[in-house]
Amino acid sequence: MPQPASSLDITGLAEAVCRGERAALARALNLLDDQRSHSREQASALLRQLEAQQPGDKGHLIGMTGPPGAGKSSLTAALISVWRQRGLRVGVLAVDPSSPISGGALLGDRLRMKTSADDDGVFIRSLACRGEFGGLSAEVWPMSLVMLAAFDIAMIETVGVGQREIDVSRICDTTCYVAQPGSGDSVQFLKAGILEVPHVLVVNKEDMGAVARRTLAELGTALSRGHADGNWEVPVLSASATSGTGIEALADTLAKHRSTLQLSQCLLTRRKRYRAQWILKRLQDEFGSHGIGQLGGEQAVLERLAQDNTSLFEGLQGLRQLLLGPALNKQI
Amino acid sequence: MSQDTVKRDRPWLMRTYSGHSSAKASNELYRMNLSKGQTGLSVAFDLPTQTGYDSDHPLARGEVGKVGVPIDHIGDMEALFDSIPLDQMNTSMTINATAPWLLALYVAVAERQGVDPAKLEGTTQNDVLKEYLSRGTYIFPPAPSVRLTTDLIAYTVENIPKWNPTNICSYHLQEAGATPTQELAYALSTAITILDAVRESGQIPPDRFAAVVGRISFFVNAGIRFVEETCKLRAFGAMWDKVARERYGVEDEKKRRFRYGVQVNSLGLTESQPENNVQRIVLEMLAVTLSKNARARAIQLPAWNEALGLPRPWDQQWALRMQQVLALETDLLEYGDLLDGSPVVEAKVRELIEGAEAEMARVAEQGGMVQAIESGYVKRELVKSHTRRMRDIESGDLKIVGVNCYRETAESPLTGGSDSGIMKVDVQAERDQINALQAFRAGRDQSAVDAALAKLRADAVDGSNIMPGSIACARAGVTTGEWSEVLREVFGEYRAPTGIDIAMAGQAGSEAMDQVRARVRKTSEELGRPLRLLIGKPGLDGHSNGAEQIAVKGRDAGFEIVYEGIRLTPSHIARAAQEEGVHLIGLSVLSGSHLELVEDIQAELARIGASDVPLIIGGIIPDDDAQQLLDHGVQAVFTPKDVDMNLIMANMVDIIRRDNGLEELA
Repeated sequence: MPQPASSLDITGLAEAVCRGERAALARALNLLDDQRSHSREQASALLRQLEAQQPGDKGHLIGMTGPPGAGKSSLTAALISVWRQRGLRVGVLAVDPSSPISGGALLGDRLRMKTSADDDGVFIRSLACRGEFGGLSAEVWPMSLVMLAAFDIAMIETVGVGQREIDVSRICDTTCYVAQPGSGDSVQFLKAGILEVPHVLVVNKEDMGAVARRTLAELGTALSRGHADGNWEVPVLSASATSGTGIEALADTLAKHRSTLQLSQCLLTRRKRYRAQWILKRLQDEFGSHGIGQLGGEQAVLERLAQDNTSLFEGLQGLRQLLLGPALNKQI
Repeated sequence: MSQDTVKRDRPWLMRTYSGHSSAKASNELYRMNLSKGQTGLSVAFDLPTQTGYDSDHPLARGEVGKVGVPIDHIGDMEALFDSIPLDQMNTSMTINATAPWLLALYVAVAERQGVDPAKLEGTTQNDVLKEYLSRGTYIFPPAPSVRLTTDLIAYTVENIPKWNPTNICSYHLQEAGATPTQELAYALSTAITILDAVRESGQIPPDRFAAVVGRISFFVNAGIRFVEETCKLRAFGAMWDKVARERYGVEDEKKRRFRYGVQVNSLGLTESQPENNVQRIVLEMLAVTLSKNARARAIQLPAWNEALGLPRPWDQQWALRMQQVLALETDLLEYGDLLDGSPVVEAKVRELIEGAEAEMARVAEQGGMVQAIESGYVKRELVKSHTRRMRDIESGDLKIVGVNCYRETAESPLTGGSDSGIMKVDVQAERDQINALQAFRAGRDQSAVDAALAKLRADAVDGSNIMPGSIACARAGVTTGEWSEVLREVFGEYRAPTGIDIAMAGQAGSEAMDQVRARVRKTSEELGRPLRLLIGKPGLDGHSNGAEQIAVKGRDAGFEIVYEGIRLTPSHIARAAQEEGVHLIGLSVLSGSHLELVEDIQAELARIGASDVPLIIGGIIPDDDAQQLLDHGVQAVFTPKDVDMNLIMANMVDIIRRDNGLEELA
């Protein structure tokens, strides 16, 4: 039986999450997934507690994206074992597509991320993207904040088909794009500007030989190396999850991107900006551009949120109430 | 015409797939079966032996001696063939990932009996590729598995010339849902992949290669559509002849012959009115005997009560008697081929060949069977076929007497006895086996064992043929787990694609399905998030049809499904349930070790603080055990009788509602 809503001790739950207790973490993720209004209130309180108990720049949130079949899950598994050897604890959110007919989904990525069942340092939660085609479910970011509170590294793995790569880059500190050797996808995305988004590109399956080297060369020459974020040259790496080569270097590069962000004091401001953007997107989904206009336009909303120190859901709820008026205080 | 003037063909080899509890108990059973007129042996090994674990390994708990005999070392193998001279026996061993090891033990036992190994006759199944698609007793990734398979073939062709080193299996493909066309295509593609690998390994000089082709045999299934099945076997013969001639340049007609053994279909055997399985088995046997030119070399029949549990000696005797009546009482063996020249048969054979060749071309385009398995292509095609079959049963388009029509029945006297009509394995057998194993380990020359294992490792690494080192290990007293562990370390382990990520047209439609979807949706809304179901296959059993079908159906009904494939430990399942925040755990166990596995999983769930997740189970579970499971908190038990998948889905929703304190839905 799940806990009755009223008896849930949010402070205790937040503390247990920060200690990395698995049962607490599972319950917190269930709570953040729960759309009922009393659960939303508790989720909001939980996120506030987590923010209060942790420094704002704790951990590293990494987005791993790329076309289907590129081997993202295997690469994630290989990275997990390198991180574990380095003593880092890892939480993964694996996003799978769901069935458009029934809303059902097969969450199969765990299969390819096989880790030891006895390792307390790894936690994988699968998520269906639940009908938001081209985008990530609204639950993903709040859930990643819980993962960040509990682990050194939180990773969001998602099948990228255009929009989702951009979405994932709007919530993560570092976005890593996994390219499939020999497929035209990468070059197409390059043309579409989507590859301007990631901070690290990696061609997986270098064990395929010439095909992989050609894709590596194509990406290397076609890409404008300086990232739009500034201060970062986008590296194009080569790795193989199967033979285990290039994984250490990939882990090093991901870590280097984070320290570059931190040195330039960008990590915290970026996370705040993303938070504001997440709230903005939820408001756009619910109220459209008309609603945003009523709040004074995008820029005004973002500025207002930059000043705001409440939690994610509270920030959202505050703005919703402005739009709906106190009489219409419905559930989110 | 009087009996003595008629020249009758020699009957096929008659076997019964058997083995249980211990080497000693199985040896007694074999000797009894031989005395009843059985003409060959077919050894069933237990799952730890098949997947390379010693009987005292934690993963072996509950599985020792269940579905076959446990063989830990040469002592067990010697006991298994006690008083059975190996130079006079034809022994078939259903063994795959550990086939080189079991053959090594067989050779070492022959030596101890004073029999020249070159004289041994029999078969090692040794077809690991199909294990990735069905049955699931693979250990290593496909590439090293193909290497072990080819090593065994190369070794026996040179050293044990009458041995059938591999039985390419279409049997298990049909059990996984394959249509006759798919059976033909995937079995022949597998044979090509293996023969190509033998050729490329350079272990056999080109002028000896025809001998390799001549030693390849097949293990085939025959379902209830016995006319089509006969045609399938004729198609097999024609296609294999062509492959041998055109691809491998075999001139000798005898070496191009499609030699096969058969076990008739178990998939179609029913738990309801199980006595009907007798006529099913007999009709299926006709499929592989009717046409002389496509007749089986060896036949083993399942017992009528396989869908209920493990068969008893009497049930196996009944299956043997069916063969004897056909071979000895009827006039079948007095005639030439009955079907030659039939235009109906010829047309059907042609249709099957055309379909199979097209599918073989699709596999070849992907680079061969290994690639088509690794990409998940073949498994998905099989899951699709099986899903279609299940839908047809559900809709009544495919009639199964006693299951979806004519279900009324008088009480059966066959299942009413004190043993409920099945065999119970003595629970003491596992403990005895473990004690004996530990005593054996303590009594052997450890330095000889270490040296043999070091040599095995070196051979595995440098690509030498694996057999000589394995035979040395067998002589030195190495155990099954030790042999496998060395190779696990060198080759790594593997998880095969589950094939459930299929997209099928026409899933919308039925009213029952719409109702289930509405219940799932309503309950998801009331609980605030989508219903999540973890499907777990604990233990070593790899029969995954049931798990796969529930996964596909569950997805269609609107569940979010977490399914990671076969052979998971209880702690893996418990942790996955917790990490994924599922509302329900559904287990599938067909090996008979459901009681132990459920106990272990419940203990793990409690240990990690997740015992609030309700548990259901499906499998071949006798009524007494089902009651015991329900008494221990399992919420529902499903058996092969439960063919209405919509009803199963609705039940699952009800269990979740009850568990969460929601009111019952009308």
